[in-house]
Amino acid sequence: MKEIFKALGNVVIKMPQGFYVTFKHLFKKPVTLDYPRKKKPMAPRYRGKHYLERYDDGTERCVCCGLCAAACPADAIYMEPEETEKGERKARVYEINLLRCIFCGFCEEACPEEAIFLGQEYEFSADDRNKFIWTKEDMLVPHPRKDNPFKKILRRVRKVYGTPEATR
Amino acid sequence: MAIEEKDLHINMGPQHPSTHGVLRVELNVDGETVVRAKPVIGYLHTGIEKTMESKLYYKAIPCTDRMDYLAPMSNNLGYCLAVEKLMDIEVPDKVKWARVCLAELTRLNSHLVWLGTHALDLGAMSMLLYAFREREMILDIYEACAGQRMMSTYIRIGGLAKELPSDFDKRVRQIIKEIPDRIDDYETLLTNNQIFINRTKNVAVISAEDAINWSLSGPMLRGSGIKHDLRKDNPYSGYENFDFEVPIGRNGDAYDRYLIRLEEMRQSLRIIEQCLDGMPEGPFRAHVPGVVLPPKEDVLHKMESMIFHFKIITEGFPAPKGAVYAGIESPKGELGFYIQGDGSNKPARVRVRPPSFINLAALPALTEGHLFSDVVCAIGSIDIVLGEVDR
Ligand code: SF4
Ligand code: SF4
Repeated sequence: MKEIFKALGNVVIKMPQGFYVTFKHLFKKPVTLDYPRKKKPMAPRYRGKHYLERYDDGTERCVCCGLCAAACPADAIYMEPEETEKGERKARVYEINLLRCIFCGFCEEACPEEAIFLGQEYEFSADDRNKFIWTKEDMLVPHPRKDNPFKKILRRVRKVYGTPEATR
Repeated sequence: MAIEEKDLHINMGPQHPSTHGVLRVELNVDGETVVRAKPVIGYLHTGIEKTMESKLYYKAIPCTDRMDYLAPMSNNLGYCLAVEKLMDIEVPDKVKWARVCLAELTRLNSHLVWLGTHALDLGAMSMLLYAFREREMILDIYEACAGQRMMSTYIRIGGLAKELPSDFDKRVRQIIKEIPDRIDDYETLLTNNQIFINRTKNVAVISAEDAINWSLSGPMLRGSGIKHDLRKDNPYSGYENFDFEVPIGRNGDAYDRYLIRLEEMRQSLRIIEQCLDGMPEGPFRAHVPGVVLPPKEDVLHKMESMIFHFKIITEGFPAPKGAVYAGIESPKGELGFYIQGDGSNKPARVRVRPPSFINLAALPALTEGHLFSDVVCAIGSIDIVLGEVDR
């Protein structure tokens, strides 16, 4: 008998309280986004599509040292070196296979020239498997770029991965 | 019970919405009663342990994220603690505190997903939406710290991958402020809900003795009234400095496990608050030349650091001969990593003790002889992640 009263109490008193919680939400602002039309700003550290940086004068920072390829746990990076007229090393071919890449960010962390970064872009769909192989041309930032946020990024990267004070 | 011809053989899954992934359960039912339940696993097997054996120590960290993808930071932590034990690395205090904070956020994250999906399995749709709304805040913190929402790969051997973001404290405090009210809302919706009670009370019961014999861990074990929590019993990463309770249940049924997980969420918030209040200053990585990456600024300017940086990235570091085991209390139970070093830069053997796998093995004990409709509740209350079960 006691059980039945308790159950009845639950139904009569507690359940309407639950309904009230749901009802309250009718008047709240939705938390969802109208996605393709509106986009969420990604965090500054977001690990999206890679891009390759240049120096201020337009030369590529990447010297094709291969450290990013060595750090890559998915073996997604392929590169071939060449020499410029000035005798400097640069990449002739630099490819990242998106179908292998797991966006772990190890390449950004490894690069000793601060040449490769993972950017904010995350929409990669394509209608052909070959389009998932990003070449150097796809990833190099245009030169001259209008708004040069590069200096800011450099400062961020050093801060994020550690200044001597921060790690000792 | 013997299986007779009259039993009906039913395949539940692998594509069944309430098996939480690709679990298949072979069921023999006699009318409404389950005679035999046999979980069939392996649909998600990706050979993660073997893959880890073929990788340098630091490169195996992304593999761990992909096991229990609802609790990536706990998995990172377990693996890194094991390697640190093997290499005998002591990490700075700040790292310990930050790791505890992140691991507790992960517990919240995992329990929220569990709560949402478990309630959905039992017919409460709006719970899922509320739980995922709260989880979004935690994923935003992951994104701010590590750059990804699920595969964080944030905890590294000897420290963290990057410095904690500058607004970390503010964001986490926001969570501490908001979530307790939301948990109260959940309680209003479920704890006294007669439908929920009928579906979970005295369902999927396991006695304390059986729970030990099945070597269950986490809320599955504590639900049966056994106070065993690695954070208290075998503290790691500085958990001994925090003040929190370990909730236990009485009946060992699905309802008790639900109450325990809710209480654990409250306790996690307590730990997180203590973490933030006492977060020490200091480096975010240990200083161990040749094993832990030097700071980026030094790599750009100092020859010595540059050489270490190149060496670690290309060759890793040789680990001594020997075997270690490090267990942590992940949201689902005891998550352990056994690593055998053979003097080279790759582990000779990595073995994971996955809590979901071992807890899932008790499914026959939970369901056999009970009603067919309770199977869904039993699977839900175990809290499995098939990525971890199959590895
Ligand atoms: S991106 Fe950086 S790490 Fe990779 S080859 Fe170029 S300079 Fe070396
Ligand atoms: S993000 Fe990771 S997987 Fe992708 S290219 Fe860089 S190192 Fe390789």
